[in-house]
Amino acid sequence: MENRFETRFKELEGRHEGAFVPFVTLCDPDYATSFEILKTLLKGGADALELGFPFSDPCADGPVIQKADKRALGSGASVDDMFALVGQLRQSDDKVPVSILVYSNVVVARGVDKFFADAAASGIDAVLVADVPVGMLHTAGDFTQCARKHQVGLVLIAPPNADEQTLQNIAGISQGYTYVLSRFGITGTETAFGKPVRVIARLKELGAPKSLLGFGISKPEHVRQALEIGASGAIAGSACVKIIEKNLGNTEALKNELEAYVRSMKSVTRL
Amino acid sequence: MTILNPFFGKYGGQYVPEVLIPALNELEEAFISARDDPAFKAELSELLVKYAGRPTPLTLCHNLTRGTKTKIYLKREDLLHGGAHKTNQVLGQALLARRMGKSRIIAETGAGQHGVATALICALLGFKCTIYMGAVDTERQKPNVFRMRLMGAEVIPVKVGAATLKEACNEALRDYAASFETTHYMIGTAAGPHPFPTIVREFQKIIGVEIKKQFLEAEGREPDALIACVGGGSNAIGMFADFLDSKVPLIGVEPAGLGLDSDKQGATLERGSDGIFFGAFSKNLQTQDGQIKESYSISAGLDFPSVGPQHAYLQDIGRAQYVGITDDEALEAFVLLSREEGIIPAMESSHALAYALKLMRQDPHKEQTLVVNLSGRGDKDIFNVASILEQRGCVTESGIDLTALRGK
Repeated sequence: MENRFETRFKELEGRHEGAFVPFVTLCDPDYATSFEILKTLLKGGADALELGFPFSDPCADGPVIQKADKRALGSGASVDDMFALVGQLRQSDDKVPVSILVYSNVVVARGVDKFFADAAASGIDAVLVADVPVGMLHTAGDFTQCARKHQVGLVLIAPPNADEQTLQNIAGISQGYTYVLSRFGITGTETAFGKPVRVIARLKELGAPKSLLGFGISKPEHVRQALEIGASGAIAGSACVKIIEKNLGNTEALKNELEAYVRSMKSVTRL
Repeated sequence: MTILNPFFGKYGGQYVPEVLIPALNELEEAFISARDDPAFKAELSELLVKYAGRPTPLTLCHNLTRGTKTKIYLKREDLLHGGAHKTNQVLGQALLARRMGKSRIIAETGAGQHGVATALICALLGFKCTIYMGAVDTERQKPNVFRMRLMGAEVIPVKVGAATLKEACNEALRDYAASFETTHYMIGTAAGPHPFPTIVREFQKIIGVEIKKQFLEAEGREPDALIACVGGGSNAIGMFADFLDSKVPLIGVEPAGLGLDSDKQGATLERGSDGIFFGAFSKNLQTQDGQIKESYSISAGLDFPSVGPQHAYLQDIGRAQYVGITDDEALEAFVLLSREEGIIPAMESSHALAYALKLMRQDPHKEQTLVVNLSGRGDKDIFNVASILEQRGCVTESGIDLTALRGK
């Protein structure tokens, strides 16, 4: 069965466009507002969504997403709620590719097999586990096997310092897309993004799934540059979450600003 | 691929973002090449002896055990330069950092003992030094914060979450993910992703090696039990490592806080469940959804919701036993050792001593010889302990009255 990501990338290719993928934390600031936010992202023209499962200790994330996770957990949202929220979105849109970013303990606590079963059932196309490097995928319940069994893609992260063996492993296992890190460090817009030209080119040669560039992407010019160095699209997380943070308590203003932002980021993706 | 096995049974591993894997591989390679290098070993040994003051004595308690048939020996890591066992392994890691060509060292700290140890070796060897410490801990361990700053370290109070050791660990990992090309992350306990639990154990192993020799000289046999406190677990694994192949009972003492079955405790091995946190599969205090809970202990150095993976393994296979000691029991031991032996122990180490006292009181007629790892000295704790004892009405003109602590 073709993954929604693959379908979407083909459509985009046909239209000579790159992908813009916004990231937000699920249930930030709460379930109901989060559902409005997801619909807003689609209305603004998002080609796919990457959605964070909040975690108490998000060590790969900077302060902006850390605070979002705290808001979501503070609202009382559970992992069941995260799956329900994606499921609700899936009922209103059967086409949009949806991936989730999650920390390993949330997966392990639910049981790796059950987590991927629930992901599949709620219409999640791909799962990215932030703190499981390719060398550890076969441990703690075998992430790769469970993902394959439930036909959910496993998205791997390619950092700028990945060696040849790591890139080969990533190319062989990643499904849906490959998350290419623009630079070292953690998520956030405080540090400028880099241009991992070598990694993107090598992943393409190795036949890896399409590359989406993330970390430090906040402006339309960053999306442009990502496409220019050969990525198939770009992911902006902290910039989206900042808009949520800024407009807490005023959902209408939040929706307006977020929609305009997504539209501006999407507007530069024509190749 | 790692060269050494990153697991202890099912525990351990390397659960970190992919970007950190090259840095962990580099560290593992440096460690393996260093441990077989006579020059490295000689330099480390010289530092341990002439700078840090090894070997530390094994002291027999004179008064604490009066009227019983129990003998308690204290392994005096409190006398080590820096005031705790932490110095042992920072010397080793700092030499590894130099070997890897790093110019900067970062560390997390709870009680501040690891921060102090890191700061002193950075001063000696000329590393730039940044210490992450929870804002709650910078308050309750002020003397150590000043010590670190005095020795030239930058101390960053971490204000998010519970603002204790857990958050300091996350913050240090974040720094490392951006800075590893020039920076070594000097993890302070036998936890975190491989190869840290192995490296820290090997550099702390000297505690147990010395105990084995000193105890044999004193008693002509093996001890009846080894007792150490367990937060992350570095002083305990350092004490246990050389005895793993023996039959000597190994007892790790966790912080039971206000009670093992209360919400306010940090007894990860006794009350935690399997999961992944701080780079390793181990036991954590966590919710059903896998969110890491906040731990609690009177002792900042034991206030950690996870534990080194080798301890989880030793518990799993039954080689070591893990027990809990409450805040009050530890406070009592803190006061008793000060009063009876003239030694002020760290609040962390007071947990280990309190369990030895418990064994002694359970059967005063039993002949037993226990070794307690006195992992650190208590100077850093005196202000905090004084204010707690005053609040509890234990401080009188004629001394400290322990009745309030013992009353249940």
